[in-house]
Amino acid sequence: MDELRDLYQEMLLDHHKHPRNYGKLENANRKAEGYNPLCGDKVTIYLLLHDDVIEDIAFEGVGCAICKASCSVMTEVLKGRPEAEAEKLFGEFHDLVTSDPDSMVDTDGLGKLAIFAGVREFPMRIKCATLAWHTMRAALRQSDDVVTTE
Amino acid sequence: MTGFAESAKRGRETTHTPALDVGRIRRDFPILDQRIHGKPLVYLDNAATSQKPQSVIDALTHYYAFDNSNVHRGVHSLSMRATQAYEDSRKKTQRFISAADPSEIIFVRGTTEGINLVAQSYGRPRLRAGDEVLISAMEHHSNIVPWQILCEEIGASLRVTPMNENGEILIDEYEMLLTPKTRIVSIVHVSNSLGTINPIEQMIEMAHARQVPVVVDGAQAAPHIEVDVQKLDCDFFVFSSHKMYGPTGIGVVYGKRDLLDAMPPYQGGGDMIASVTFEKTTYNTLPHKFEAGTPNVAGVVGLGAAIDYVQSVGLPAIAAHEHDLVNYATEKLLTIDGVRLIGTAKRKAGIVSFVLEGVHPHDVGTILDNEGVAIRTGHHCTQPVMDFFKVPATSRASFAMYNTRDDIDALIAAMTKVKEVFGNG
Ligand SMILES: Cc1ncc(COP(=O)(O)O)c(C=O)c1O
Repeated sequence: MDELRDLYQEMLLDHHKHPRNYGKLENANRKAEGYNPLCGDKVTIYLLLHDDVIEDIAFEGVGCAICKASCSVMTEVLKGRPEAEAEKLFGEFHDLVTSDPDSMVDTDGLGKLAIFAGVREFPMRIKCATLAWHTMRAALRQSDDVVTTE
Repeated sequence: MTGFAESAKRGRETTHTPALDVGRIRRDFPILDQRIHGKPLVYLDNAATSQKPQSVIDALTHYYAFDNSNVHRGVHSLSMRATQAYEDSRKKTQRFISAADPSEIIFVRGTTEGINLVAQSYGRPRLRAGDEVLISAMEHHSNIVPWQILCEEIGASLRVTPMNENGEILIDEYEMLLTPKTRIVSIVHVSNSLGTINPIEQMIEMAHARQVPVVVDGAQAAPHIEVDVQKLDCDFFVFSSHKMYGPTGIGVVYGKRDLLDAMPPYQGGGDMIASVTFEKTTYNTLPHKFEAGTPNVAGVVGLGAAIDYVQSVGLPAIAAHEHDLVNYATEKLLTIDGVRLIGTAKRKAGIVSFVLEGVHPHDVGTILDNEGVAIRTGHHCTQPVMDFFKVPATSRASFAMYNTRDDIDALIAAMTKVKEVFGNG
């Protein structure tokens, strides 16, 4: 049960039930769709990018608690950040959720994102957590393709 | 051919169906005796694949330890033994589905390959632009995509028989969709995501009245229902060994002999020829015409052992047992607040699909696994069914002869954990 509690932390469940920045961003100038064919998770990330800064960000879609919370927390964390920092956090988040469960990770720079460390114990769920980030990065890079986690 | 409801009733009325000795059966399945996350394994993902009894595992080991050789090719003793074992399994399979002749049994990799074989070898030469292939709204992707590919290439169209909110085929609509343009009907016998047992006897009769041949996807039917292909009068019946206690990588296409005879081969290579020169190849006789290359001999031998096992227990008894489990699971699941069943047909096999309000099936699956309970979560390769019921995915518990009411109690207890974690317990 401990691993389960680590995965479904209170903050994660709160973001699942009350997602932040949910809905279409009308003045977005970047947008990408992400799809996880294994689960059927489907998300759209909207960005308002101005002078290389993410001035606004929002998401829409259907997915499991981990997917939805990951989108929600990510939008909170990235709002107002420069594009380069978003790219850097992408790498750090990816390292966090794919690292060896027994290893120590430095979550200092990650802030709230650290709540996703529990995903490491559940290899089948890693893609649920990373879908938000892959889709965000596709939006930043403005590739029109639908992103899939496969 | 009877559904669970009927066979269970018959069992009670005449007491011809002996109760299963599930305790003994469970001891035949070594994999069940283990712990997952410290809890006893409760395996409820049988529609995806069933577990294998020791006799099947032993048949595979014995084959490789004593009889392994290539089939149909050698004059030496091992080759004769391997060929004998391979062809014995073909006869067992023939008797298992009451086919008229062993040459009507073709071994393939599974249901998926079987339907592709029928689509390509039977469908392709018959279909013309403007023709129609008729399937249903509850097909597995493997009974949609092969026909879609074919129709697209030829300019034919794929028509879909609708279902109602319970997940039952609308038989009047089906009859209307059988038009002079319909060349082939391909229909699932038992739905893997809803559990519905379709009235295929009636559907075959209606199609035949219009000279339309019928392919049956029997993947979920073979382990649960006694199938008599001659009584059904289906033209093709396709199923997978791994869903009926046999090895993976083996499936069966039954086809009526005259149809198979008239069909071109599916693949070219060794074993499927009578003679080859660079100018012309004469094809081998049935069934070898459709079995190019070295087959999965061990798998076929294992399937034979699985059929022996199923028949030693008896399909009527298995069906009655699983019927009891489905009723019990349905009743228990409905006591949980927020549970909605997906698939409430009157005739159902051992499958229960459900959703829990506010919790995605993948979260349900992860928490259940932590309690040792293995179920399936996702779209079950039936995305159109998910779209119809407006859910992204479902949780599905599916039963086999070794499951018990205790297993279902464990599922229900684990569902309580789900509600605890998600704070609406
Ligand atoms: C109804 C149905 N048809 C076809 C298939 C495909 O079978 P296989 O994966 O063994 O080829 C399945 C298995 O998931 C099924 O349940």
